[in-house]
Amino acid sequence: MPTEATTDEVERVIVDGLAELGADREEISREATFENLDVDSLDLVEVAQIVEEKFGVELEGEDVKDLRTVGDAVDLVVARSS
Amino acid sequence: MPRPEGCALVTGAPRGIGAATARRLAAAGWPVGVNYRSDADGATEVVGAIESGGGRAATLQADISEPDAIDGLFRALEERFGQVLVLVNNAGVRADGLSPQLRDEEWRRVLDTNLSAAFRVTRRALGPMLRARFGRIVNVASIVGPRANAGQANYAASKAGLIGFTKTVAVEVARRGITVNAVAPGFVETRLTEGAGNGLVDAIPARRIGTPEEIAACVGFLASEEASYVTGTTLTVDGGLSA
Repeated sequence: MPTEATTDEVERVIVDGLAELGADREEISREATFENLDVDSLDLVEVAQIVEEKFGVELEGEDVKDLRTVGDAVDLVVARSS
Repeated sequence: MPRPEGCALVTGAPRGIGAATARRLAAAGWPVGVNYRSDADGATEVVGAIESGGGRAATLQADISEPDAIDGLFRALEERFGQVLVLVNNAGVRADGLSPQLRDEEWRRVLDTNLSAAFRVTRRALGPMLRARFGRIVNVASIVGPRANAGQANYAASKAGLIGFTKTVAVEVARRGITVNAVAPGFVETRLTEGAGNGLVDAIPARRIGTPEEIAACVGFLASEEASYVTGTTLTVDGGLSA
């Protein structure tokens, strides 16, 4: 069951997750693309797991495939959590 | 590099290759989840043997051909011994028949248990392995698959499928320190090959059928830290039969 989450909370969790996966914190912004951050498809699978654990939001393969930027991911999770 | 904390799961381990593999992994220091569908006595015996040898193990009942049973199986094992870092997809069944007469149910059951269940169990195992940056998955296939065996179209399809599945998953996760390999046993003395006939032995260069321990030794190697650069491959263990 998704728990309602604010944009700030989701952004914090995703940014922390990406940093843990090796992305440079200084480079992470809403506009940053996963490609520029060197975040690969397996990294996104892990981010999806983190998001599911924290917010109960399930991101499927289809969803993750279309995400280009950090902002895309944040917006999707916020939308799904309400 | 110190071994990460975790445990091993062997599906279909109350007897045969699964039991021998469970004992082998326990001897290598892994706490082992001994999964069984209905042979509780067999599974208990395996755990008993492991514990008398100073190892750790637990029986885990679950019919892995039921998709809903898999999460519960993992949760029970994770609660007892922590994250599953070694997975041996060993559970397998046969339902032989020549193709013109093979029933839908016989086809479905063999594909479900031997292939689809292995996929679902693997999918569940990969999450924690990805986070841990370590994993060993060994799929017990068969020389039947790459090789023909009349009367086993369903079994052959499931095992050939398992080998294809092994290779693709291997390349998906290799960069995370997870290896995925298969072993392809030839004829081994287990309940699955009961009634297969003595005529076979003459065709085997080694002039004997294999033992579960000989297969388990190969699974054990592929599950070891030393096999860290082996992935996406199939180790044939058949006394030379398919050479």
